[in-house]
Amino acid sequence: MKYRVTYPVKFVVLVLMLFSFIGTSIAQEEATELTFSATVSRLKVRALTAKGKAIEQLAKFQNSRKILILQALVDGDLFEVRDSGQIVIAESKEDKYSIVLADNGNGIGLVESSAIKKIKLNNRLRSKIRSLVATLQLNSAAAEVRLQAVKTLGKSINQQSLFTLKKRAEIEKDDDVLDALGLVIALDNLNSTDRLIRLKGIETLKQKTSLKAVNRLQAIIDKNNEGQFIEPDAEIRKQANSALVKIQARLQVYAVAETVFFGLSLGAVLVLAAIGLAITFGVMGVINMAHGEMMMLGAYTTYVMQLLLPHHIGLSLILSIPAAFMVSGIVGIGIERGIIRHLYGRPLETLLATFGVSLVLQQAVRSIFSPLNRSVITPDWMSGSWQINDFLSLTWNRLYILVFCLLVFAFLLQILRRTRLGLEVRAVSQNRNMAKAMGIPTDRVDAMTFGLGSGIAGVAGVALSQITNVGPNLGQAYIVDSFMVVVFGGVGNLWGTLVAGFSLGIANKVLEPYAGAVLAKILVLVFIILFIQKRPRGLFPQKGRAAES
Amino acid sequence: MKKFLYKTGLSTVLSALVLMAGTSSAVRAEDTIKVGILHSLSGTMAISETTLKDTMLMLIAEQNKKGGLLGKKLEPVVVDPASNWPLFAEKARELITKEKVASIFGCWTSVSRKSVLPVIEELNGILFYPVQYEGEESSKNVFYTGAAPNQQAIPAINYLMNDIKVERWVLAGTDYVYPRTTNKILEAYLKSKGVDAKDIMINYTPFGHSDWQSIVADIKKFGSAGKKTAVVSTINGDANIPFYKELGNQGISAEDIPVIAFSVGEEELSGMDTKPLVGHMAAWNYFMSEDTTKNAAFIKQWHAFTKDTKRVTNDPMEAHYIGFNMWIKAVEKAGTTDSDAVQKAMIGIKFPNLTGGMAQMLPNHHLSKPVLIGEIQEDGQFFTVWQTNTLVKGDAWSDYLAESKPIIADWTAPISCGNYNTTTKKCSGQNY
Repeated sequence: MKYRVTYPVKFVVLVLMLFSFIGTSIAQEEATELTFSATVSRLKVRALTAKGKAIEQLAKFQNSRKILILQALVDGDLFEVRDSGQIVIAESKEDKYSIVLADNGNGIGLVESSAIKKIKLNNRLRSKIRSLVATLQLNSAAAEVRLQAVKTLGKSINQQSLFTLKKRAEIEKDDDVLDALGLVIALDNLNSTDRLIRLKGIETLKQKTSLKAVNRLQAIIDKNNEGQFIEPDAEIRKQANSALVKIQARLQVYAVAETVFFGLSLGAVLVLAAIGLAITFGVMGVINMAHGEMMMLGAYTTYVMQLLLPHHIGLSLILSIPAAFMVSGIVGIGIERGIIRHLYGRPLETLLATFGVSLVLQQAVRSIFSPLNRSVITPDWMSGSWQINDFLSLTWNRLYILVFCLLVFAFLLQILRRTRLGLEVRAVSQNRNMAKAMGIPTDRVDAMTFGLGSGIAGVAGVALSQITNVGPNLGQAYIVDSFMVVVFGGVGNLWGTLVAGFSLGIANKVLEPYAGAVLAKILVLVFIILFIQKRPRGLFPQKGRAAES
Repeated sequence: MKKFLYKTGLSTVLSALVLMAGTSSAVRAEDTIKVGILHSLSGTMAISETTLKDTMLMLIAEQNKKGGLLGKKLEPVVVDPASNWPLFAEKARELITKEKVASIFGCWTSVSRKSVLPVIEELNGILFYPVQYEGEESSKNVFYTGAAPNQQAIPAINYLMNDIKVERWVLAGTDYVYPRTTNKILEAYLKSKGVDAKDIMINYTPFGHSDWQSIVADIKKFGSAGKKTAVVSTINGDANIPFYKELGNQGISAEDIPVIAFSVGEEELSGMDTKPLVGHMAAWNYFMSEDTTKNAAFIKQWHAFTKDTKRVTNDPMEAHYIGFNMWIKAVEKAGTTDSDAVQKAMIGIKFPNLTGGMAQMLPNHHLSKPVLIGEIQEDGQFFTVWQTNTLVKGDAWSDYLAESKPIIADWTAPISCGNYNTTTKKCSGQNY
């Protein structure tokens, strides 16, 4: 009788066991199903696969803050507080960071940058988050957000995202978004097994100005290595070919426009670099080898201004323009008064002396700022590009520099034409003795002219700081180009400099795709040498008795 | 004309400098061991090389604190070859014959090394070369403490191919010997892995190229063919900033077309606006961000020496750190600074890397090193996303080029040759 257990007892035991089983399974359920805050705090794990899992889980929550958190993570604004391990979204405020808790948006206040640690990502996680965010934003109320989301998803399409996009296409009202959706769906149609759907896809692609469409169509009409067509269906090949011809006709126009823009923007840099020299070398006849260093000083002025106004990058850039003009101008006047005025009429000595000055200035910058390049931050409004379509996008920084170059040119032209200084400069450059006899203080005019040329070089340096390195060698990179432009354009002629700069820029960019960057530059140089042989005075030679002598 | 002026101007300044260095060192010449430092302090390469001069001064001061070497103090002899390649040879000759230095630490660009090579071989000196380079060389008198292509370029390609699934390749470089040779090796390697010739685009640009508009537009077109594309960049020095800026401005992010660079390190990044670079990659054997106690101590020492807590450390600095300490060990082992004895003693010397593992000087005068791949972060540091499990042995002669495949370098007996053909069993001497 020892082990006799009655039925009711057995039943109770069974029920108890059942309960305990359910109890543990509930507990397990809780372990895997983390709360929103706990998932957010798992983003700080270092292992990338675990971090990826946490991101996926986060996207599944029905929480209004998830897009915000994911966006902050991909923008590099999500941090971990070193002491407490809390996950926060931080915004830079002066030297400190203003932080709010990521999971509920409660503000914590200002902290030092050393108190928080950025949550790091690699490329794979970054693109994963971007497509997650895009999927979530596909139903956003704002059309631009939806358009961006479609474009992001279209970059790497898979079955799931395609399904979502097709769903969206059924209810989408906005034309631009529909257009973008149409492209993605048409590209997918080409992979279909149904011939009619494929032909429909090609028909749609014909209307699109898209690189992806071109490449996809090209793939259809390509042959493989054995010289056989990859696509067996002749009708589809024919349609694809005619669609491609149609797109390419449009593409041609954009390609020309792009080359011209590239050429003009390169030309603008050349003109900016050369225009100061056009004054000192062209008008005054001084071979100033330190011209490049004047540009370097301008670029360093931009750097210093940025250090002074670290939280107003855009403003500091604009203020740099007059500041650089002053700095380089004053140094220029100093050089003229100290060295060059003793050497007028002795070009070889001037050349040597100014070359010495350029070395001194370079080494001075090395000693003051270190031989390393300095980082000049580009303001947001100068980054990125104006995307007209897939084939043509104009980068903002180049566009601004082009406009800036024209403004500087107009400004200089007005000074020479309309001001008293301009009048005196022209008089002195045409006939120094006669001008002196008429009571013009040639000494002062020389100094002012040299200052003006140097100041303009400084202004050019501000522009250069936005597209190239700010370092001690900045000037050297441009001095040869500057002389080239001035000589080609015709010494002493501002319009010549403008035309020469732009035409050399365009010539370079037309040649580059065929000849490569190295050979293109050489070809342009050879052309200039030949041109100077034929016309030693450049494109627009100065006329008159003074120029002849 | 300009070149002539450049030379005369510089050499006057330089000779004055050398004169000063000479007189100060003559005072206590007898009881010191001289160490030559041959890095450009002016001209285009000053940007990279000045740091290495400082590193050497720091290492020498540190060693002197520990009591010097063989009971004598070490004395640095700094010369400035001014980024002028022929001047490197002149200065090397001066260091060995006039200053009688025991060894030279120096050079950065391959052309400067090639220019020093005949001098150092003629005078039987010792040169420690700290920079990653194109390989296809092994001199009896040179110890290569930087990476050979199989310690940087090849692992980087493997990472892109296997982990990122890249199928189209842009090989972009500056037009000189290092990128040309590296790209030749990489092209052969890619083709051996079955990559089609039309999926490889090779592009060269002049030194200091600043207008990248058309090239970046081409890369964009090349990369839109539906296959994952990456740029393998051997673009040198200053040209990188405008290149990355243009990539950013034309809307190419690291997620679309990643760029992996072999010449962009922490030092170069400190002079750049890093916003458009985030996510682009670099392959090195050392990153400042590596979290080891040795590295932390090295960084602390560097900050104390430069009195600037913002200064960064980089890969060639680690190479000098390893090279210098190996030389110390070799001199102690040989008991003399005599060139032949030290050269012999160097092979097999071990010294710990800053990032972990033990570097060893191989018979081909290259090191065994770990390979790290990092993504650039906004603070200008790297986030290591991949690294080799074991140390990779430096290979002087690439196995992927038909002409150098059978060639090995081995400076131990019985081969004792930097250019030994294993099929013909012949040493072709200094024929490179």
